[in-house]
Amino acid sequence: MDSSNLFLFWAFGIFAILIFIAGCYCILVSFNLIRVLIGVELLIKAVTLLLIVAGYISGHTALAQSVVITLIVIEAVFITVTVGVILGIHRINGSLNTRRLRELKG
Amino acid sequence: MQLNIIILIALLASTVWSVMTRSLLRSAIGLALTSAILTVLMFSLNSPVAAVFELSVCAGLISVLFVSTISLMESLTMKEVMERMKERLHRFWSLPFIIICAGIMLSLLTLKFNLPLPVPEAQKDVRFILWHTRQLDIFAQVVMLLAGVFGVVILFGDRRRQDRHG
Repeated sequence: MDSSNLFLFWAFGIFAILIFIAGCYCILVSFNLIRVLIGVELLIKAVTLLLIVAGYISGHTALAQSVVITLIVIEAVFITVTVGVILGIHRINGSLNTRRLRELKG
Repeated sequence: MQLNIIILIALLASTVWSVMTRSLLRSAIGLALTSAILTVLMFSLNSPVAAVFELSVCAGLISVLFVSTISLMESLTMKEVMERMKERLHRFWSLPFIIICAGIMLSLLTLKFNLPLPVPEAQKDVRFILWHTRQLDIFAQVVMLLAGVFGVVILFGDRRRQDRHG
């Protein structure tokens, strides 16, 4: 790996790690389920950024793009199903506060 | 390269804004903005197909899902908003400091990657890779989509049944 590629990878890597930290913080500190979902989205964004830069540096952009497309499809399905679950939880409990979701009623 | 760094800073700023902002709607808009900025980065890193997917699905579809879900929730009273604002400030004030400290620490690290890079790919077409080399991915995508459709059908079907029985 030459120096310019190393600098590019390290710069993008630092920002991906920082976005990952922000996503983890959002998941850990939030009590609202939608905000937790936004935190998960941020984690996926960090992974997407790392995949794209890894593909660019290694010269395998097509392979990286195909993996990212798969990731985006999985992300969309995950978000859709989770939003449905969140709506169900809101309908039953009348709240999205995770502190009120300690009882799992069937 | 400097342009990429500026875009990366904008990406991080929109990320922190979407985490820290008080309103859920603004948070969803911040997420869409993050996706849009990530799209620009993808274009600059020679990944236009993935960038188009990111823009249409993540910045478009998922944002619409978030906004429509938020609009289904009841809005808070002014008193509740003020109480939550104080509580949020108490919980989230440390995030910018954590981000800045982690950024400084990581930028001071001088890691040396001596990874041997693989030979650049012969086939540069994403369609060829997706349909011929990564066929199992396509299968997994179809399975995931079907699982998502069945999940949503069961969730909303169950709700409709509950509504019918009172």
